[in-house]
Amino acid sequence: MSWELNSTQPIYLQVAEKIGQRIISGEYPPGGKLPPVRELAEEAGVNPNTMQRAMTELENEGLVYAQRTSGRFVTDDTAKIGAVSEKMARHLASRFLADMRSLGFGPDRIAQVLADAVRDEKVTRTEALPQDRRNASDTPPEGAGPMQQEEQRRKNI
Amino acid sequence: MSAKLACLDLTKRYGGLVALDHIDLELASGRIVGLLGPNGSGKTTLLKLANGLLVPNGGEILIDGLKPGIETKKFVSYLPDAHYLPNWMDVKTLLAFFADFYEDFDMARAKDMLDRLAISEKATLKTLSRGTKEKVQLILAMSRRASVYLLDEPIGGVDPASRDYILETILRNYSEDALVVISTHLIADVERMLDEAVIINNGKLIAHRTVDDIRMKEGKSVDEYFREVFRCWAN
Repeated sequence: MSWELNSTQPIYLQVAEKIGQRIISGEYPPGGKLPPVRELAEEAGVNPNTMQRAMTELENEGLVYAQRTSGRFVTDDTAKIGAVSEKMARHLASRFLADMRSLGFGPDRIAQVLADAVRDEKVTRTEALPQDRRNASDTPPEGAGPMQQEEQRRKNI
Repeated sequence: MSAKLACLDLTKRYGGLVALDHIDLELASGRIVGLLGPNGSGKTTLLKLANGLLVPNGGEILIDGLKPGIETKKFVSYLPDAHYLPNWMDVKTLLAFFADFYEDFDMARAKDMLDRLAISEKATLKTLSRGTKEKVQLILAMSRRASVYLLDEPIGGVDPASRDYILETILRNYSEDALVVISTHLIADVERMLDEAVIINNGKLIAHRTVDDIRMKEGKSVDEYFREVFRCWAN
């Protein structure tokens, strides 16, 4: 029902981040109208004042703008959205790096883990596709490609 | 008087026991305020004073600048912490009763909420479970278009799924310029819908801060902050 929120950050910032994600992912397209504050507040399970404050935050960031009579809209400046998504990606990356460092991993090891994870994800996704589309994809035939060989090698360890 | 609800040096004693000890507090319109404190801290006493069910021993409590009484009851919707409705009544009679009693009672809103919970108007209160009775009481309180809602433990006796429903009902139905005060010790459940937290203990005001201020400055949720404050208290 309501959104997943952590217990340390201010609620309005977390809510602003969630809406920012929806804008970046295109769920709320550039130039599109946003749902009313009250409706979003209900969906999130937060106070309308909190949602209002999150909107002000997004306005300050330039992601949304308010039109006096007709409500709030996503900016149609796609470069701006791109810049924010870049910023958010870097933020997530540094969060990931901090977590990895706390495990005692150095840069090379982290890069390796990340590369492995990306590849594994690609393999799983490809496997999930129906047969005909899988053949059309860029994955080499079963068992032949270096990816599968690597996968097999890792399983044997 | 700009505050919707103001306590000025408010003191209440039960015999030798000081239930509220010189409380100074101002709450503004358009805010959802959590009245938080452990059992026996004075939460219910404060809400009873605001409704004129008790009278102060010292200081005063004002709502819109008025002492609690007939005038304030017209715009204050109160949900007591106990079951106060007669068991023989059926829901339909209750609705009529409330509509007759309060000018601001919105029948359509009440019926809509009852519908969504599949509570029949023909049901007599005594046939309803404890949790359902609480929901009926809450529906009656939230169906008023009041400017102050004083809700004493609205989620105390219901299961987690119903808690969500009740909190959602409060969010959906209060008007944006109203003051909503929710007393509870289940802080984690209500935290995200609060603007402000008022924390009391042993009849004393411990803190009155916005939820985001607590999170920003303490780096922790109100729930964790509360636990920490009262851990200190125990020492």
